[in-house]
Amino acid sequence: MPETPILQVRNLKKYFTTPRGPLHAVDDVNFSIAKGETLGVVGESGCGKSTLGRAVLRLHEPTAGEVLFEGRDVLHLDKNEMKRLKEDMQIIFQDPFASLNPRMTVSQAIAFPLLIQRKVDKRDKTALAARVNELMDMVGLARRLANTYPHELDGGRRQRIGIARALSLNPKFIVCDEPVSALDMSIQAQILNLMQDLQRDLGLTYMFITHDLSVVKHLSNSIAVMYLGQMVEHCPSDTLFERPLHPYTQALLSAIPVPDPDYAMDRIILKGELTSPINPEPGCRFARRCPHATPACAQADIPLAEQEPGHFVACIRAKELAAGKAPA
Amino acid sequence: MEKQLAVKDLRVRYETADGVVEALNGVSLSLEKGKSLGLVGETGAGKTTLAKSIMRLIHTPPGNILAGEILFEGQNLLALPIEKMREVRGNEISMVFQDPMTALNPVMPVGQQIAEVIAVHEKVSKVEAMEKAGEMLEMVGLEARRAGEYPHQFSGGMKQRVVIAIALACNPKLLIADEPTTALDVTIQAQVLDMMLNLRKQLGTSLLLITHDLGVVAQNCDEVAIIYAGEIVEHGELREIFHDFRHPYTEGLFGSIPSLTQKADRLNPIKGLMPDPSDLPAGCKFHPRCKYAKAVCGNAIPGTYDVGGGHTVQCHRYGSKEYESEG
Repeated sequence: MPETPILQVRNLKKYFTTPRGPLHAVDDVNFSIAKGETLGVVGESGCGKSTLGRAVLRLHEPTAGEVLFEGRDVLHLDKNEMKRLKEDMQIIFQDPFASLNPRMTVSQAIAFPLLIQRKVDKRDKTALAARVNELMDMVGLARRLANTYPHELDGGRRQRIGIARALSLNPKFIVCDEPVSALDMSIQAQILNLMQDLQRDLGLTYMFITHDLSVVKHLSNSIAVMYLGQMVEHCPSDTLFERPLHPYTQALLSAIPVPDPDYAMDRIILKGELTSPINPEPGCRFARRCPHATPACAQADIPLAEQEPGHFVACIRAKELAAGKAPA
Repeated sequence: MEKQLAVKDLRVRYETADGVVEALNGVSLSLEKGKSLGLVGETGAGKTTLAKSIMRLIHTPPGNILAGEILFEGQNLLALPIEKMREVRGNEISMVFQDPMTALNPVMPVGQQIAEVIAVHEKVSKVEAMEKAGEMLEMVGLEARRAGEYPHQFSGGMKQRVVIAIALACNPKLLIADEPTTALDVTIQAQVLDMMLNLRKQLGTSLLLITHDLGVVAQNCDEVAIIYAGEIVEHGELREIFHDFRHPYTEGLFGSIPSLTQKADRLNPIKGLMPDPSDLPAGCKFHPRCKYAKAVCGNAIPGTYDVGGGHTVQCHRYGSKEYESEG
């Protein structure tokens, strides 16, 4: 009997009210993450990946669905229970320039979660400083930076502060929302290595949200691809790159510029752009851009179905495509 | 082959209240007619300063071009009077900026923004300019009837197409594209890069492509120059650089990108941070982060050595006697 997943998400929906109708940011999403593993969530801007990450933590209150963390129903916890749960569930934000209070020094920013959750008595200055120092060491921030302000630091160091804050309460699960997208390549690699080391040493579970497929491949055990609020494909990381079945995933993978001049790019150039997530029509949301679309695709919503063991795809032609029989 | 663009020993600094920022420290590079050169570097390396210097868009103060030449078809752009430069800008050399959201005028219809360039550089009536603007929109894959719409009515990818239409409106000989697809999603990036490639084939435009993405370079350029702290540290033909890079910084860049085709447990990033351009290290600017550094690297600025086939490296390891004798 395999261990129960640390996080289970069932039929999660988050709709935003807009003047033109409900915006389906996250629409009926199901997934689970095993303890100590990383789920990569990929998709393009506006596909709802960040909203999904926030809805899981109730930073956006979900419209419907279930989120089970270690078997507990997160969405029905009251305010106090939720506050306690946030020790276990944390988030690292994308933009280290916007997510830090510019008036707090590095040590104040890292100490803040400890004080809010009363992990350390605020009169006990030595204990507090010791824990802050420990966290700064853990994420590779030099102690001399303790009294500097975020504007004095570069993006990589700021993101280390964000990581230290997320780690300060000893969480079990962290939503990483594009944590390296704002960083330069060489710094990005340093932060990715740090996050891998922390996962191994502390047994963390990550939900890693990004638009960068090479980053997600490097880090994840399994990957979920999102398109306009829906999950269109979900499978182990290697499978996704070896055998993508959803036409959107195929186009997405083919569009990544490979850093090898002799690699023959066989691009599937998609026509058009994302359609609107406001009041979407029934049927496959990708159908209008899909090279394999048939009239049947627009008929009814297409659920995520297990095409091959552990490989979930939301496409009515997935079987044909998998067999390589589908004409374009 | 004829040199379209040759930059020689260009030195640019910004004199600010907080100190002198040495943005370009003797940059030399050249581009042949019809070819494309990828300029790769990280934030603060001087990529955009180089592009702006070629366009003569460096504001003085705080910017100051101290020395060097920028030869465009043999003519030194830095010596041109400003009226002459205006005839070159947008007409013979044009530029695509990174962020299409801020490059367009939000209160002017896009067709008019394209027509404006044509009207400035070509002797045409307003009506003819608007007609040509419509043709340009079709060339970049947008409908001509949308010429009367405003930038906010277009998506990010479409806006970048409009910016490219403006840049190509006068059929320039050289296009400078500063991170043209960085703000776009990957499927849209593929559309835009494809379109740029096709247009360049049609028009024979040379391209200076500034980017931090080695994948974009691999798929779009003939040559590569790597820039670090205001110096070109390595330059050569595309395959030379990708298969046989020599400079330790280039090595570090390639070690930093997670591979899609190979499995690696850990990345090999470059240790440390980019140097502060207002307080650059002596000697080789990369030496504090370099795993091969010896004493000479901190003392003397390395020369530029040819390692064969026009592949040049600015590093003591490839020809400095002092480096070898240190053992």
